[in-house]
Amino acid sequence: MNWAAISKWSEELQSRGTDLQKRVRGLRRRVALLLAVVGPGLITSNVDNDAGGISVYTQAGAQYGYALLWSLIPMTIALYVTGEMCARMGVVTGKGLSDLIREEFGFRPTFFVMITGFFVDLANVVAEFAGVAAAMQIFHVSKYIAVPIAAILVWVLVLRGTYRQVEIIFLVACVLYLSYVVSAFFAKPDWLEAARHTVIPSMHLNASYLVMLTGLIGTTIAPWQFFYMQAGFVEKKVSARQYPQARADVMIGSISCMVIVFFIIVCTAATLYTSGQHGITDAAEAAKALVPLAGKWAGTLFAFGLLNASLFAASILPLSTAHVICEGLGFEAGIDNKWREAPIFYWLYTILIVVGAGIVLLPHAPLWKILIFSQVGNGFWLPVVLIFILLLVNRRDLMGEYVNTVTFNVVAWITAIAMIALTLVLTYTSLFTGNAPSP
Amino acid sequence: MQIYATELLGSETYDDQGHFVGRVREFFIEPADQPNRVSRFLLSRGRFAPLLARHDQVAQVAPGTIRLNCSERALELYRPNESWLAVRKDLLDQQIIDTKGRKVVRVNDVDLAELRTNGNVELRLTQVDVGLPGAVRRLLQGVVAPAVVRKLQGNLPARTIRWEFVNLIEPDPLRRVKLRITHEKLEDLHPADLAEIMEHLSAAERQGIIASLDEQTAASVLAELDERLTTQIVEKLDPEKAADILEEMAPDAAADLLAELPKETSEELLEEMPGLEAAEVRELLAFDPATAGGMMNTDFVFIGESATREEVLQWMRSQDLNFEQLDTVVLLDGAAQFSGTVPVAKILMANSEQPMGDLRTEPLLSVQADADEADVFDLFDKYNLRMLTVVDAHGRPMGAIAVDDVVSRLVKK
Repeated sequence: MNWAAISKWSEELQSRGTDLQKRVRGLRRRVALLLAVVGPGLITSNVDNDAGGISVYTQAGAQYGYALLWSLIPMTIALYVTGEMCARMGVVTGKGLSDLIREEFGFRPTFFVMITGFFVDLANVVAEFAGVAAAMQIFHVSKYIAVPIAAILVWVLVLRGTYRQVEIIFLVACVLYLSYVVSAFFAKPDWLEAARHTVIPSMHLNASYLVMLTGLIGTTIAPWQFFYMQAGFVEKKVSARQYPQARADVMIGSISCMVIVFFIIVCTAATLYTSGQHGITDAAEAAKALVPLAGKWAGTLFAFGLLNASLFAASILPLSTAHVICEGLGFEAGIDNKWREAPIFYWLYTILIVVGAGIVLLPHAPLWKILIFSQVGNGFWLPVVLIFILLLVNRRDLMGEYVNTVTFNVVAWITAIAMIALTLVLTYTSLFTGNAPSP
Repeated sequence: MQIYATELLGSETYDDQGHFVGRVREFFIEPADQPNRVSRFLLSRGRFAPLLARHDQVAQVAPGTIRLNCSERALELYRPNESWLAVRKDLLDQQIIDTKGRKVVRVNDVDLAELRTNGNVELRLTQVDVGLPGAVRRLLQGVVAPAVVRKLQGNLPARTIRWEFVNLIEPDPLRRVKLRITHEKLEDLHPADLAEIMEHLSAAERQGIIASLDEQTAASVLAELDERLTTQIVEKLDPEKAADILEEMAPDAAADLLAELPKETSEELLEEMPGLEAAEVRELLAFDPATAGGMMNTDFVFIGESATREEVLQWMRSQDLNFEQLDTVVLLDGAAQFSGTVPVAKILMANSEQPMGDLRTEPLLSVQADADEADVFDLFDKYNLRMLTVVDAHGRPMGAIAVDDVVSRLVKK
């Protein structure tokens, strides 16, 4: 009895493995390769269409019809360029953005970035729960029932799930955004006109048009998304060799995000704008106004889209924030840890949800002021984060051959400067004039 | 007296005449010389070239001030040196491995102790601060007086790690040698703990650690790691080293790993491996992972059913067997066909002349190599098995599935 004898027996078995089997395995592997990476980019970009975002897009359509559609193409580029840098950093260094800021810039800058992040994100979480409340009101559910249920749902989802499971739920949420596409078809828009305005820019040099344009861009690129996306790639352990897939993920995400925005604007332009209801200020109001114009289904789908978007963002924002803070301060973080292993992470997460949902439930909550604060906060925080990103992504000692190319730097800095200028304008108008788009 | 790196950085330095020399911007440890002594202070002087103060040139150290025992002229000019550990750059804010607590932590501050020798003061690195006191110091340093900060931090829960339990993480192998960073302490950890530590690190850092571990430890860590990480690591390893590690792994674990790699890479590694091991792994690779054949390990112990306990024990002693896997042996009949299994515990208790055939466990259980993994799980569950024999079409044993393989597959589902 020896080893060689056994080996000979199994050779017989080996020869039975058919060629077909091997080919199927190869295909499966290739699909798995892409699926293993896809996620962070797609999810993050779609979360940009949160409650605040949808409100702004609705107003843009109601007030200006198709006229602002052209801004979507440059916005897609900006979204891609900024997101890609974070994806690349995550994939190449294997570290989160706040980890890198901490290691390269020290404790104090990190601390301030994180404290600001906490309050800005908290305001954003309030905005998301306010979105849940508004959407459920259309379905005749009181906010005192809807918001606590949503909060518990969100909390349990992340607490009980592993990263993989949660990500799958998030990916499903991305698909649900398609309700806006259906809604837009119900509205019977003038597709030719919409297409024309998408390709040909039209500038109007009046203040409220510029403010609306700024609002559109300001709500689309949020500072916390960089942290979330990079952490997503790091947590998925995507390696530098998989960078092309990661880049594809970011690109698919940016484009799909903008496609949804396109349909939201088209939907409201074809109905609210055409029928002269230019003064709609939020998404819930728009959903109601859609019913007589495009039918009950269009309105319901629109409201459903808002609910989905708000819930989706409400699950991700607290998660992302808790991650950022723990990473930077050196506490255990990540939903693959148990509560006991990462207590501060889970406490932060819980506080953000409880306080965020709680504020919406206060009978006379100054929601409007909080929403303005969230937008102003994003505005101030974004340039800071963008500059950190640009400084880091150009470091050869960190990025090696993956540092920004000159072309990419030019595009990225133009994006950064444009974003900074636009958000400053938006912040100024939100604070000091009355004609800001309502978030 | 204890002093903190945060308090030391930015300190004003005066020479023996009381003239201001510069501010401490960095300080260094020379691990090749002494593992914990602060050997040099980097003094920045604005637009002038920075100077270095050696440990024997320091007369007195207090938070915010350093006095030298020599004149400015005696100080050497600063030249970067890769074999010095820069406390601010290489340690503060960086991640380290706490070998006692078995996890990855981030350094907030570094605690130093004064050691007075004749005429000068040496600073020894005693522990790193990974808790709130260090964080508060970092935040308030330069804003609030050190005395106030010291009072404040007294009320905070301390979390520190003694310097001898600190394992630095340095991805650059050359620098690792210069800084005398070894991962000997990591080799003492349980492979599962080490694997978990690795999951918290970046790819380059993981690579660095695996490359510096001995093959045996590296193999057991790889077996514990998430398969996505193992493939990343093995692909980037030097093929020779990777083959050495694979050789140390159980053939089924090695086959699982190779199956995830691109065809050319796994071929290359198999070429590097010694013929016997390579053939064993190759044979396992031919099976669909979701079948009994894909789960089994060809590294199993088989003996003739007529052998007595005495003969078996004698034979076993003469073999280089893997004790962790050795709890059941497979019996063969005269035609080299499967004829049952015997738990090793039963062999121990038997009489010396008892043949193995008397000891076999009933009922006789085995599976064909192409059996679905679900059937395997059912058998393990139903009969509370610890091991199951895999046979070919002629009933001849070709491998064994151990219960730990079943558990890890079920957990993955």
